[in-house]
Amino acid sequence: MSCWNPRAEEMSLEEIQRLQFKLLKTQVYRLYSFSEFYHKRMKEANVHPDDINSLEDIRKLPFMYKKDLRDNYPNRLFVGGQDELVRYHVSSGTTGKPTVVGYTQRDLDNWAESVARAMTSIGLGRHDTIQVSYGYGLFTGGLGAHYGAERIGATVIPASTGNTERQVELIKDLNVTAICCTPSYFLHIAETAEKMGISIEKDTKLRTAVLGAEPWTEKMRKRIKDSTGVNAYDIYGTSELSGPMFTECTEMNGMHIWGDIAYVEIIDPETGEPLGPGERGEMVITMLQKEALPIVRYKTGDITAYEDSPCPCGRNHLRIERLSGRVDDMLIIRGINVFPSQVEYTLMTIPELGEHFQIVVDRKGVLDTMMVRVELKPSAFSDKLSDLIKLKKNAEYVLKNSLNVAAEVELLEPGSLARFEGKAKRVVDNRRD
Amino acid sequence: MSCLIDQISVFVENRPGKLAAIAEVMEAQMVDFLAFSIAEADGFGLLRAVVSDPQSVVAVMKDLGYAVITNKVIAVKMKDQPGGLKEIANVLGTAQINVEYGYAYTKNDSAVLILRVDDAEKSVEVLKKAGFNLLEEENLKA
Repeated sequence: MSCWNPRAEEMSLEEIQRLQFKLLKTQVYRLYSFSEFYHKRMKEANVHPDDINSLEDIRKLPFMYKKDLRDNYPNRLFVGGQDELVRYHVSSGTTGKPTVVGYTQRDLDNWAESVARAMTSIGLGRHDTIQVSYGYGLFTGGLGAHYGAERIGATVIPASTGNTERQVELIKDLNVTAICCTPSYFLHIAETAEKMGISIEKDTKLRTAVLGAEPWTEKMRKRIKDSTGVNAYDIYGTSELSGPMFTECTEMNGMHIWGDIAYVEIIDPETGEPLGPGERGEMVITMLQKEALPIVRYKTGDITAYEDSPCPCGRNHLRIERLSGRVDDMLIIRGINVFPSQVEYTLMTIPELGEHFQIVVDRKGVLDTMMVRVELKPSAFSDKLSDLIKLKKNAEYVLKNSLNVAAEVELLEPGSLARFEGKAKRVVDNRRD
Repeated sequence: MSCLIDQISVFVENRPGKLAAIAEVMEAQMVDFLAFSIAEADGFGLLRAVVSDPQSVVAVMKDLGYAVITNKVIAVKMKDQPGGLKEIANVLGTAQINVEYGYAYTKNDSAVLILRVDDAEKSVEVLKKAGFNLLEEENLKA
């Protein structure tokens, strides 16, 4: 196993947990003393730092919500003075007011450290040329990947998003070996390369993709591998945690959450009860060392499960499985929970359909209707109407089977859905209450 | 000289403006339509056409991302009078040839029937034997 930071990465589970408790205790004392917000919250919950006597005692602490960040816009949750702050990022606020996150130099160092460990764990290093095609700017993706890649000594191309043909040229001409971007943008780059007559597999050195900021699937990983020869790795992080931070290792079997940086709980989103290894629920994260914007028991809204058995890669830091959706992305169609990621996973099982799709939810009278619009693959097109009708009916059948709710399928011309360079917007909900 | 003619088929979404977009591409390519048909199914359609230069149209449309393919069809000249279709149908039926679909156009005094059949070569043979006139690829150019 090649490690970026062997002392941290080779700890046993017991060592990790001992360290986590120490860090938690320190953080809770610090917040009780210096954060108005946490002090008040802990008083309300009737919990004092002295009540935290084991790692499990973290459950005595109140949850923190996205809403807390919005309600305290722009910086009322920050701890420490303005002089300590070295950077802001601002989230896009797709579902409401934007949220502002702040960093001390140590916060930025820990973030880069986390990404450096992650990139090393998938085999990247100083010999690599890494193209960062996440957006640079207020979004955390670009700079997060950038500083992590620089830290391991790789050569970084700060390509950001956009000008996709140019991106393809850079990949080819600068011998790019790895790329960081959203999964939908990677597909767009691959499509563009194909149109330009460039085979990623034969004409470029690109072999690794670090994909995140939106959910994707195991099928997509296979499709990417088969069509471009690129090994795609999942990366996780949100601006509240710092940004993209944690990836899978070469085992491709869950993303390692560095225990000295974050403590993960998985809870039942309805009851708040803790769930065990392998049980899917909402992820709650505590950042153990964050200074400027402390994050304690933050309800991420992300659905996943954890595994704390030792990873074959040799690391004992627990792993979370690929996210299977967001608590708030969840659509309720006729009383049934539907995750857009399930729709994507199901469509991927049908080879005649492309990767791009859109879910349109509507209400006819009192009944919810769901339509899945999906592009036909040009190679799958035949001149027979009956083949196309069969394809449509088959897609409707498998969707119904996997979602337990009927969906109408609309076949679209290839390329007719909008392509996204950032996060893909897959759902149009026209229901009005 | 082959009597098997290339027909292009394009997948079209059943939405306003979609056909116009395709027509625009064809116009820009100076495509001469000899005949075309639009078949509609559940929310989508197929545009089928016999054009003057099918291979270049297909190449351009593929580049633009359309789902488009070519198929072999036959084009039979028929008398523009009652009973014309019956004679052709009889010949094909007797030879156990199945017609998948067809469409026609008239020009001057003659009508031409475009047919997609399950055995194009055999159709050409039996129709010729029965005295029918089939268009050849060359007839479509210019």
